[in-house]
Amino acid sequence: MTYLGMPTGRGNISTPAKFPVLAETALANSQLRRNLANATTTIRAKRAGVVAELPDWQQLRAAGAAIKDDVLAHLGEYLEQLEQRVTERGGTVHWAPDAQAANQIVVELARQAGAREVVKVKSMATQEIGLNEALAAAGIPAWETDLAELIVQLGHDKPSHILVPAIHRNRAEIREIFLREMAEVDPRLSDEPAALAEAARRHLRRKFLLAEVAVSGANFAVAETGTLAVVESEGNGRMCLTLPRTLITVMGIEKLLPTWRDLEVFLQLLPRSSTGERMNPYTSMWTGATEGQQFHLVLLDNGRTATLADPAGRSALRCIRCSACLNVCPVYERTGGHAYGSVYPGPIGAVLSPQLTGLGGNRTNASLPYASSLCGACYQVCPVAIDIPSMLVHLRARAVAAEPRYSPERVSMAALAWAMADAGRWRRALRLGRFGRLFRRSRLLPPPLSGWTSSRELPVPPRETFRDWWQREGRDETTVVEAGRSEPAGRRLAETEPGASQPGPTESGAAG
Amino acid sequence: MRVALYVTCLVDGLFPDVGKATVRLLRRLGCQVEVPLEQTCCGQMHINTGYPKAALPLIRNEVAAFAGYDAVVLPSGSCTGSVRHQHAELAESAGDRELAESVRELAGRTHELSEFLVDVLQTTDVGAYYPHRVTYHPTCHSLRLLGVADRPLRLLREVAGIDLVELPQAESCCGFGGTFALKNAGVSTAMLADKMRAVLDTGAEVCSAGDSSCLMHIGGGLGRLRSGVRTVHLAQILASSR
Repeated sequence: MTYLGMPTGRGNISTPAKFPVLAETALANSQLRRNLANATTTIRAKRAGVVAELPDWQQLRAAGAAIKDDVLAHLGEYLEQLEQRVTERGGTVHWAPDAQAANQIVVELARQAGAREVVKVKSMATQEIGLNEALAAAGIPAWETDLAELIVQLGHDKPSHILVPAIHRNRAEIREIFLREMAEVDPRLSDEPAALAEAARRHLRRKFLLAEVAVSGANFAVAETGTLAVVESEGNGRMCLTLPRTLITVMGIEKLLPTWRDLEVFLQLLPRSSTGERMNPYTSMWTGATEGQQFHLVLLDNGRTATLADPAGRSALRCIRCSACLNVCPVYERTGGHAYGSVYPGPIGAVLSPQLTGLGGNRTNASLPYASSLCGACYQVCPVAIDIPSMLVHLRARAVAAEPRYSPERVSMAALAWAMADAGRWRRALRLGRFGRLFRRSRLLPPPLSGWTSSRELPVPPRETFRDWWQREGRDETTVVEAGRSEPAGRRLAETEPGASQPGPTESGAAG
Repeated sequence: MRVALYVTCLVDGLFPDVGKATVRLLRRLGCQVEVPLEQTCCGQMHINTGYPKAALPLIRNEVAAFAGYDAVVLPSGSCTGSVRHQHAELAESAGDRELAESVRELAGRTHELSEFLVDVLQTTDVGAYYPHRVTYHPTCHSLRLLGVADRPLRLLREVAGIDLVELPQAESCCGFGGTFALKNAGVSTAMLADKMRAVLDTGAEVCSAGDSSCLMHIGGGLGRLRSGVRTVHLAQILASSR
């Protein structure tokens, strides 16, 4: 707990090592690279197609952002309204400050319901808190029913994408996992997708019919009516939400909508942004519980109020977990989700995971805001217009502020800033850069500059800086300005190899 | 019109030919070009690495340097983006309302080079001659932050003698990203590999862009591969003549 009483996020939202280290492993995994490139390219195109169909997409985005900002501005009130409505309609609401509390609540509820096992609908929130592990430790196995989550679970693995968690697996691997882990599976199982899906369907059917307790997440909770909504593709959600006698839903406190009418905006934004469909196959909504059934809603904080506290960071809580940002991110496309360490990877993960856990004292999560070239593709596709690039820059400043005062980076940045602060100093500093010409035959530089020369030639510093040229002759309007040679990095070769080909004559400056 | 060149620290110290080309080009188009030397750097490297306060003196330098000019032109999409989208907010956060107002006013007359040529000088034919096969990479800040759209391409299409070929997956980031290129050198290289593949697939002799930073990265990779393809800034192509 922070001293202000805002719970710090715990659970599977922390990375075990700094991003660049984990990324190196991922970059070398050619199977992963193929899977990711194929999947993200496909979903990107689908999303672009269905978004282009809507003439009012930008207004929908603006509405989505405004509705979520309203929720965040009045979060306490909406949560209390939600609790009231759910309770009126026969449900019970529980408040969990952090992952541990949430797990304890769910384990206790499952015990009270006499469950020997539970079935699960895919839920990022339950992965965040590590619920399956907590239930297993209490002797109550939890069975994932979403096909991709099932694959991850049977493979004793971790999800690597918000929407398609098993994206790092190919069909041959999935077949092997099923053969090894599923009881009563046909030993002649092929790796055809239809055959694999059928095997999963048979495996799950018994579980659905026998389960007494189901655990789900929720995409939306409507404060006005106490209604929860799950948006899904496979129908396993529908099975889990209706058959078992007891339903426990774990939901992040930010997943609210103020009114029933607001669903109109989000049910257009979400399917198009996530699976690239006009509408997903199954949307289930329920309010409270009917007689003979029990419904429990566990509201999860786990670092969300801490995130809310930062005005420049809180819009990350608008997120509706569509994963559109993951699918357009050039970094995610090449590293996959495991490199981020958290169940929330990619651009949104880079801003959400460190805010949930806090940046002070979490050196590895502090590397996440730097896992970006700030290209801005994520901001363009976010259905609730989260300005992720600006937020990444802001979180980098928070990360630096949490670092020790005299890190080597801080010292060199300060020295450079000092040189740049005064034009005279800067002119002299730029001239010193010419000493770099001494190193123009160097292949390797010391770290961190070695990061550059590991794959790129260095530019050769010029004999004269621009501002010196300007003072010497450039400012005189009668000077004939030559456009000059034009090889930032190639030039070193032309200079060291006699007879090397010169750039075209036009670049050597005919009279202007 | 009195035009000031915001040369940018990278061009100033490493690629002065880009600055010279910009001066040559603007003069050819009838501008009176000045380079007020109180300017140093836009500070985006510090801002984007997590040291925003370091940029405050730099912002004061630019406000002082460019006071009184009708237009300020930058041969860099990312630096223009920093002036337009980062500086005022930074000044506000530091509690300096006056500086914020001054830099907002400055931002209103600050233009990336292709914006200046097309929107202010209202020209796409700048009288250039460049008989080479060229492919153009739209840098992320120009593309997504400034929204320059197809201005650079419209300018390049009017260049006499040019063989302009479209770059496949042009909108993919090249992987430079400032200090990202060092802190995440592995991913940066992976992104660079794909960008280089696209460039080489065009058969172009020259890869151009409006940002020296991206060109330094792409050119550095193409040079390491001994690909025989070179990088040339948009300003240098447009400044070239018979």
